This record gives sequence, structure tokens and C-alpha cells, in this order.
Amino acid sequence: MDKNLYRRRILMNRIGITLSMLAMCLGLFVMLWILAVLFNNGFQALDFNMFFKSTPAPGTEGGGLANAIVGSLLMVGFATLVSTPIGILAGIYLAEYGDTSKTAEITRFMTDIMLSAPSIVLGLFVYAILVAQVKHFSGWAGTIALSLIAIPVVLRTTENMLRLVPGSLREAAFALGAPRWKVATMVTLRAAKSGVVTGLLLALARISGETAPLLFTALNNQFFSMNMNEPMSNLPVVIFQFALSPYDNWIRLAWGGALLITLAVLVLNILARVYFREKVSS
Amino acid sequence: MNTSPADSGILDQRHLDVADGQRRAFMNSSSTDSGMRDQRRLDVVRKQRIQDFIFHKLTLSFSLIVLISLIGILVSLALVAWPAFQKFGVEFIWRVEWDIINEEFGAAISIFGTLASATIAVLIALPLSFGIALFLTETCPVWLRRPLGTAIELLAAVPSIIYGMFGLFIFAPLFAEYGQPALQSTLGQMPLIGPLFGGAMNGIGILAAGMILAFMILPFIAAVMRDVFEIVPPILRESAYGVGCTTWEVVRHIVLPYTQQGVIGGVMLGLGRALGETMAVTFVIGNSQRLSASLFSPGSSIASTLANEFGEAADFHLSTLFALGLLLFVITFVVLAGAKILIIRTERAKGLKT
Repeated sequence: MDKNLYRRRILMNRIGITLSMLAMCLGLFVMLWILAVLFNNGFQALDFNMFFKSTPAPGTEGGGLANAIVGSLLMVGFATLVSTPIGILAGIYLAEYGDTSKTAEITRFMTDIMLSAPSIVLGLFVYAILVAQVKHFSGWAGTIALSLIAIPVVLRTTENMLRLVPGSLREAAFALGAPRWKVATMVTLRAAKSGVVTGLLLALARISGETAPLLFTALNNQFFSMNMNEPMSNLPVVIFQFALSPYDNWIRLAWGGALLITLAVLVLNILARVYFREKVSS
Repeated sequence: MNTSPADSGILDQRHLDVADGQRRAFMNSSSTDSGMRDQRRLDVVRKQRIQDFIFHKLTLSFSLIVLISLIGILVSLALVAWPAFQKFGVEFIWRVEWDIINEEFGAAISIFGTLASATIAVLIALPLSFGIALFLTETCPVWLRRPLGTAIELLAAVPSIIYGMFGLFIFAPLFAEYGQPALQSTLGQMPLIGPLFGGAMNGIGILAAGMILAFMILPFIAAVMRDVFEIVPPILRESAYGVGCTTWEVVRHIVLPYTQQGVIGGVMLGLGRALGETMAVTFVIGNSQRLSASLFSPGSSIASTLANEFGEAADFHLSTLFALGLLLFVITFVVLAGAKILIIRTERAKGLKT
């Protein structure tokens, strides 16, 4: 009887471990499958025109994604410019001033919720406060929506990284008579630089692939435009519209765009990890 | 002017500034006019005080932006959605109609689609991410932990629109050809749950959306589970191994009970993501405003309804869409807040117990 129990426990263990390995394999398999499909379809679609021609009109052949690429770069770039100072300064507040105060606790909690909040609702919000007021879609509206997504990411990583800076470093700076703002910006922030840059890269990766909030803010523009006050073409929305279209060349362009976005996001992610690990280990 | 350097752990700016002044005074002792020096010292102190004050308030106001935007979201959505709630009242939530032409709207179909697809996603992702977390923390060779963990995290980085395209062009055809017939001939024959797997098999629908969502939220749940598994004090784990437990028993009877709240938090975090996910769902859910017993049939979620109809919506229709958005925000807010509280509690327990 004892032996049976023993055997049953061993068997349970084997089953459990095997299942967990299968789960891991399935996860990896799905990832590789998605990437394989994407690379296969994407590279077939990639060509020279993609970077130099604008999105084609319905029914016309050829065309490229130039307007969408430029629009995406502009909006993501401006959103980074807006969210970086806000996120970093807010992170400094939480780490250096707020600490365990009620304001800081609530802000921290709400930021964590904003990190996972549905991005489409942020799009609705910007539509209501901006697009509906000025009565047209615009690149700026898209920028604001993206910034709202990026700020919590930057904020939380900055705070976490500042907290890793040893207190003795702060105290040494205080002991030299440095005022608080100087300690925060010139000592702790510098010490946490690599972590903060990692956060920025992750935020950049996150907003590069966001589609839903841009649908209601930047919308799309069939033509090449660098005017941020007009509706602005961008890769995610173009992919969304083209992938669901009946035209073959549109679907082909959608795969090409999807490959570009994914490559950008993956490169940013890997860059962030490598950069962070090197700086921390050195 | 007596400065005691060690009178408190927290650094008092006043002391520091005075000490700073003293140091400078010492270095400038050749200068004669001490009154002028005192004045200059005071000026420096005052200037730094003001700079500090400004910097403090500046950072504070930036950190309040998050709070303000959160409140702003609630208020602005509620304002635009007001006409819809005024016409239908609370009933809006469980009305089944969605008739754009006659302006008869109800959220039930979208809410059902949202909840059903998210539930399916969690049901599939939960065992898988538990397996992955178990593997990464218990059985995986140490040198493989990092690359495999990173690989799973990269799954989370892939933009949702890619999942959508993958689901529509690759997964749906395969699912229609192999998955759905298999499900119909097995689960579809069972009493009670049989009707869930009936109807036309064209690959897209609520079940397909749930499956694609499952792989989107899997990395989030797995990451949280791995993190909370790792905070189990080694002494607990080692004691269990010491009395002869198998790996499975250690995880089942030691790790899981210890990290219970954190695990539930992780699952709710995944649920929150799944509820609000737009693009992946819009591509595969089928976008039909009808309620059907079968999970094979096309449906719609709140997010997919918004993405599809927003472009053509005006006036009252737009207002109902905002009402849907508000409902979505409230639902996810509650789920995410619950998740966060549970995770914080687990981490607190770690702080106390190790």
C-alpha cells in the first residue's frame, strides 16, 4: 500500500512537470508561429516603393506606406517628447518627495491602473475633449492620446529605478549642502539613468503599436502630410483598414506595415533589455 | 551657530544650508566684510529654498496629471454619454437591441461578447501560464531561465493588431477546418454545453476571439505568477523538499497557497487586459450585433463595436457609443483595482515574512 502511494505521487509529479513543459512549449511555439507568419508575409510585401510612395486609392495598383510611416514617426516622436519630462518629473515626485504620503499612494495606484486601462477609452477621452471641440481629427490629438499611454510607463519605471539608488548617495549629496532639486536631478536621476532610459524605450515600444486610440484621434489620411493639425496617416490604422479590405495589394501592404511595426517594437524591447543589463552589470 | 550633524536620520535642509555657509565662510576667511558674507549666504539659502519649493510643486503637479486624466476620462465620457443614459436609464445595460436606424440601443450584446471572450481567454491562459511559471521557477535549468523568460515577455510586446491579423488570416481558416469540427463532434454532443458549440463553422466568432486573446494575456499572467512564485521564502520550499515532497507537491501545497492572492491578482490583471483589448478582438470576433447561444457564432465586444461603428456614428448613436466606453472603463477599472490590491497584499506579506 505504501508502495502504491509512493508510485502515485511520482506519477502525479511526472504528469505535472510534463504538462508544465508542454505549456512552455506551446507558448514558445505560438510566439515562433506568429513571428514566422509575419516575417514570411511581411518580407514578401517589402519593396522599395513601400518607403517612398503614399497609400494607394481603392482599386489602384502599387503604392506604399510613406505617409503612414512618416505620420507614425511624427506622432510617436512628439508623444515621446511630451511624455518624457512629465513622466520623469512625476516619477521623481513619487520616489523623492511623495514616498508614503496619501497623494503618492493614490497616484501610484491609479498609474498602475492606467498602465492596463483599455487604450480605446483614452481615444474616446481625447476625442471628447479635443476632436469634438475643434471639429476635426488631427495629428496633435493622436499625439496626446499616445502621450497619455506613455506617461504611466515612464512614470513607474522612473520611480522604481530611483528607488534602487542607494540612500547613502542621496545623503552624501545632502551633506555637501546640495538642495533637494539638485540631488534629485543631478545625483539620483543620473545614477538611475540606464533604468530610466529603459523605461523610455519600453514606452516607445508600447505606443508604436497602439491602434485603438488613434482611430478616434488622428484617424487616417490618404495623402502625404506633415501638418499635425490635419488628420494624419499612421501605420497601425492603415494596417487595420487595409487588412480588412478586399484589395490584394492593400492586404499585402498591411503585412508589410505589420512587419515594420513588429520589428520596431521588438528591436526597442531587446535594446532596452540589453542596454539595461549591460549598465547594471558594469 | 551650533550644528549637530547627527541629530536626526532625515537630513534637515536648514542645517545643511548653514553648514554649507560655514564651510564657505571658512574657505573665504581672508575676506573681511563678514556682514556682506552673511547676506550672501542668506541669499543663497533663500534662492535654494525657492528653487526647491518650485521643483517640489512642479513634480507634484506632473504626478497629478495621471489622477486628473483619470477623473477627466470619467467625467468627459459621462457627459457625452448622458443623452443615452437619459433615454434608456440603467436599463441600457441589459437591453438586447442594437438598432442604429430606429435608434434603439442596449449594451447587453456587447457586454456579453466582452465578458464571454475575456472569460474564455482567462480559462485557456490560466493553466498555460501556471505551467509556464512553474516551469520557469522550479524545473527549468538556470541558464535557460533568462532566455525563456524573455521570450515569453516578448510575446507581450507584439502589438495587438498583429494578433488580430494572425487570427484572421492564419488561425481562423485552420480553426474552421480542424478545430471547430473536432469541438462540435466532441463537446458539441454533450448535454447542456452542446449548444455552445453548434452552428456554422467559419472560424471567426466569440470562441476564436477568446483563443487569440488567451495568447495575448498569457505573458502578463505568467510574468506575475513567476514573480510571486519567486517571493516564496526559500526556507519554506526547502523544508518541503526536505521532508520528501515532490516538485508538484511543493508547488501545489506550499507555493500556491502562499502566493494565492498574487496569483489571483495576476489572473485579474490578465482579465482586465482581455476585457479592454480592441484590435485583436475586432479582427476575429465577427462583428455582429446579435445574441446567439453558440460560441461559434459571430458577436461583438464593447471595444470592437466602438472600433467599427465610431467612424459612421453621429449624435445619438455617438452618445450610446460613449456610454459603452464608459461601461467598459468602469468594468476594467473595478477588475484592475481588485487585481492591484491583491498583488500589493502578497508583496506586503513578503515584506513582513522574509
